[in-house]
Amino acid sequence: MRIGVITFPGSLDDVDAARAVRLAGGDPVALWHGDHDLKDVDAVVLPGGFSYGDYLRAGAIAARSPLMQDVVAAAREGLPVLGICNGFQVLCEAGLLPGALHRNAHLHFRNRDQQLRVERADTAWTADYDAGQTIVVPVKNGEGRYVAAPADLERLEGEGRVAVRYVGGNPNGSLNDIAGVTSENGRVVGLMPHPEHAVEDLTGPSTDGLGFFTSVLKAVVAA
Amino acid sequence: MSPLDTVERAAQSPDDEQPYAELGLEADEYARIREILGRRPTTAELAMYSVMWSEHCSYKSSKVHLRRFGDLPRSEALLVGIGENAGVVDVGDGYAVTFKVESHNHPSYVEPYQGAATGVGGIVRDILTMGARPIAVMDSLRFGRADAPDTARVLPGVVAGVGGYGNCLGLPNIGGELLFDECYAGNPLVNALCVGVMRHEDVHLAKAEGVGNKVVLFGARTGGDGIGGVSVLASETFDETGPAKRPAVQVGDPFTEKLLIEACLEIFAADLVTGIQDLGGAGLSCATSELASAGTGGMHVDLDRVPLRDSTLTPAEILMSESQERMCAIVEPAKVDAFLAVCRRWDVLAAVIGEVTDGDRLTVDWHGERIVDVPPRTVAHEGPVYERPMARPADLDALQADDAARLPRPATPEELQAHWLAVVASPDGADKTWVTEQYDRYVRGNTVLAQPEDAGVVRIDEHTHRGIALALDGNARFARLDPYAGAQLNLAEAYRNVAVSGAAPLAVTNCLNFGSPENPEVMWQFAEAVRGLADACRELGLPVTGGNVSLYNQTGDVAINPTPVIGVLGVHDDVRRRVPTGWRAAGETVLLLGATREELGGSAWASVVHGHLGGRPPVVDLAAERALGELLAALAREGQVTSAHDLADGGLAQALAESALRYGVGARLALDGDPFVALFSESAARAVVTTTDPEAVRATAEWAGVPVTELGTTGGDALVVDGLPDLPLAEVRAAWTATLPALFGSPEVTVGSVPAGTVPTS
Repeated sequence: MRIGVITFPGSLDDVDAARAVRLAGGDPVALWHGDHDLKDVDAVVLPGGFSYGDYLRAGAIAARSPLMQDVVAAAREGLPVLGICNGFQVLCEAGLLPGALHRNAHLHFRNRDQQLRVERADTAWTADYDAGQTIVVPVKNGEGRYVAAPADLERLEGEGRVAVRYVGGNPNGSLNDIAGVTSENGRVVGLMPHPEHAVEDLTGPSTDGLGFFTSVLKAVVAA
Repeated sequence: MSPLDTVERAAQSPDDEQPYAELGLEADEYARIREILGRRPTTAELAMYSVMWSEHCSYKSSKVHLRRFGDLPRSEALLVGIGENAGVVDVGDGYAVTFKVESHNHPSYVEPYQGAATGVGGIVRDILTMGARPIAVMDSLRFGRADAPDTARVLPGVVAGVGGYGNCLGLPNIGGELLFDECYAGNPLVNALCVGVMRHEDVHLAKAEGVGNKVVLFGARTGGDGIGGVSVLASETFDETGPAKRPAVQVGDPFTEKLLIEACLEIFAADLVTGIQDLGGAGLSCATSELASAGTGGMHVDLDRVPLRDSTLTPAEILMSESQERMCAIVEPAKVDAFLAVCRRWDVLAAVIGEVTDGDRLTVDWHGERIVDVPPRTVAHEGPVYERPMARPADLDALQADDAARLPRPATPEELQAHWLAVVASPDGADKTWVTEQYDRYVRGNTVLAQPEDAGVVRIDEHTHRGIALALDGNARFARLDPYAGAQLNLAEAYRNVAVSGAAPLAVTNCLNFGSPENPEVMWQFAEAVRGLADACRELGLPVTGGNVSLYNQTGDVAINPTPVIGVLGVHDDVRRRVPTGWRAAGETVLLLGATREELGGSAWASVVHGHLGGRPPVVDLAAERALGELLAALAREGQVTSAHDLADGGLAQALAESALRYGVGARLALDGDPFVALFSESAARAVVTTTDPEAVRATAEWAGVPVTELGTTGGDALVVDGLPDLPLAEVRAAWTATLPALFGSPEVTVGSVPAGTVPTS
C-alpha cells in the first residue's frame, strides 16, 4: 500500500509521518511539492512543519503549490488525504476542509501530551478507533486555534464532521474544543495534534496515534 | 561620499588617521597591523582585523589558558579536535557525533527574541558545517532575579526566540537549564547547544584548497544587520545625510536556515564541496580568512558578486555584516553547476564570489579596485595573544570563611518541611513547563528522553537502537566560592546526569561565561575554572572537544558569578534500556547511591532560605563520580532499576520531589541521621534509584564500590518521611507548578476566549 508524504519547503515532520506509515505496515512514498506527480499513491499525508516559513498565513503558500493542485483534484475523486498540523492548515487554505487555524489564544507555542476524543470512527483515517475512545497524542503548535463562522460551525457539528475533540483541557482556544475535522465523505481529515509522534513506546507518550495510519490501509483496500 | 579606500590609496596616504580605537583595537594592535602590511590598512582591512582580533573571534585573553584542553591525552573517541567549528566524536557503528555550546548573551539582552533565536541559528550552522545533520538543541539560560521587572522583559523574549527558531527548524529541544541570580540582572546568559550526527566518512572541514576552485556564498542575502563596530566606519565614510546606523543585533529567518540545512546535506551527500564554513560572527571577514588560512593560503573575492539586501552597503560593511543563514563553500569548477542546481531545488540563493588562488594572500576587489590584500593567517589565526594579569579575588577568603553551616536551621519538623517546599517552589527549583511547553521536543521522532529528565536522550539509529545522551550544567554559586572546584563540580554533575540515563559519558564541551578579562580577579577565576576542568577531564579520561568563551559579562563594574557551563555527551548502545527519572509504580524500593556529608556551602537551601552565598562548595571526588557512573551504567544494562535521578541543586529534597511529581507516585521514607542534612546537603556523586530487586542493586553497588542507603518504598499520594508531617503530592505540585506562571503569566487565563472580530467563512 503506497502512502505519499509531501515535503514542502519547511516541512518538518515528514520523516515522522513516513515512519508512522511504515510502522503501520504501509510503504511511504516521498512526494515533492514542486512536481505534478502523485506517483500512483493510494493516500496522501500532509505533514507538520512551517511550510514556506508560515509566511503570509500558515499553509497559504503551500496550498497553491503545483502538487497541491493534483491533491485537491484527486481528493475530490475520493483519494484519502490526512493533514497534520501545518498539513491541516494547508487543507483549510486549499478549500478541502472548512474553517481556519488562528494564532493560539494565549499567543504561546505549546507542546504537550494531549487527550483527544475520537468523535468519528468511520472516516478513512479513524476507522480503527472506537467512537468516543480517548487517546493521547502530542499537540505542538503556535497557530492551532480552530475557528469557523457560526453557521459553518453549526453545520459541522450538525453533520457530525468533528473528527477529534480536545478533552481534559483545550490547548489553544479552539472553538468547541475542535482538534480535527473531516470532509463530508470522510476521506479527507485534518487535525492539529500529531498522531505520527505517538507510534512507538520509546519516543511517544503512547502508541495511540498509529490508528490513523492503520485505518487508511484498510480504507484503501475497501475502496 | 569619500573616495574608495583602496590598497593603492592606503600606500600613498600613510598618515591618514584611522578610527582603530573606536573599533576596539589597541594602539599596539593597530601598529602591528601596519607592520604586517607594511603600510596602513585600508578601511576594509581595518574592519576585518578589528572584528577578527576582537575578544569574541580571537580568544586573545583566553587562548593561553585554553591550551590546557589541547594538552589532554589523546582520546581514541575524538575524530576531530579543538580548532575546527566543532569537535567530532566516534560513537560507534560508524557514527560520528559533533556537539557544541555557544553563548549569545549580549545580543539577548539588547533584543531578547532575535538575540536568542540567532544564537540557536549560529550554533546549528556550526554543527552543519562539520558535515552533520543537526538532530537536537538544548538551552542553558540565566537571568536576574525572577521577580525583577527586567527579567519579565528579557525571559519571555529569550524563551520565545529559542523556541521560535528551533521549532521552525525542526530540531527537538531536549533539555537545558533555567536559573536566576541577581548577578545576571544586566547580563543574562543565553547558551545554546546543538548536536549533529553523521557517518565517519562524511566529516567536512573548513579549508580552502585547490587552486582554481570556486568560492561560493549561499543562503540569505547580505544586509546591514549585525554590523557592530563598523558603524564607526560607516559614519566616517558617509556624511550626516547618509544611512542611519543599523541594528547591531542580527535578525534570524529559520525558514531560510531549514532550507540551507537540507541543501547542505544534499550537497555533502553528492560530494560537491572540498571545504565549507558557516558565516557567523564577523561574517565574510571570518569565513574567507579562516578558509584561506586553513588551506593553502590564497583566495580572491570579488565583493560586487555578493547578493545584497541593501545596495547602499559599503565594502567594509559587506565584509563585516553578520546577516544570518549564510554559508561559504569551496567547490571544484566541474562541480559548480551541480552545486548550484541543488541550491535552486531548495530555493537557496547561491553566487560564485571568488576562487582559490596561488600564493598566500587574501585579496578582495570592489568595482575592479583592490581594497584588501592581506596574509589570511594574520587575520584568522595569528591574532594577538595576551597573558593578562591575574589576582585571587580579594573577597574570596572572607566569602569562604562565611560558612553556611552556621546558618540557622529549621527548628521543628514543620519548619523543615516549609524549607523543603520553599526550595522546590523557588524559581530555580520550580517546574519549568512554562518554558519547555514552548519547545517542540517530538520532531524527528527520535527523542527518547527530554526535559524534565536529567539528560536528553536521542536515538540515532532505528535498527541498532544506538543513541546519545546530553546534559548541560553550570552551577555558578559553587564556581564563585571556588572556580577550580566549581568547574569540576559542574563537569561532575553533567557526567552524572548523562550516567543516570544509563549512558556511558564520552566527551565534554563547555561555554565559559565570565566577566571582564581586564579585571585580574576575573582572569584568575577564568584560569582556575579552566585548570579545574582540564584536571577533572584528565582524571575522568574525557576529551574536551571544543568550547566557547564569553567574556565581559557584567553590569557596570560588577562581573557575573563565574559561570562555566559544561556539556557532557554520552553513548547508549541501546536506547531501549534508558532509565527515566520519575517513579511510576508503587511498591518499589527507593535507594540512595553515594555518601552524604554535611555540605551546605553554595547550596540551594542557603540561597533560597537565607539569601546566603558563602563557605566552601561540596568536596569533589572524581573517583566516586566515576564509580557511580559505572554503577549506573551497569544497573541500566542489567535492567536492575526502574528510575534514577541525580542529586544536585536542592539535594535529596529536590530529587525526591521531582521523582514523585513526574507521574504522581509518592513514597514512604526514613532518612538516616539528621533529616535536615539528609535533605539539603549537596554532596556530589549521589543518585536516587528505584528498583524491584534491591538485593541485586546492592550487589552491583558493592562491585562498583558505591555505598547504598535504603530510603523506603514508593506508593501513595504523599511524600511521607519519618519524623515529618506528611507532604501531600498535591501540595508540592501546587507550589512547584505555580511559581513561573505567577511570575511570567499563565497562558491558561486566555484559553477558550475568542477575541472579538471577524471570523473567516469557509
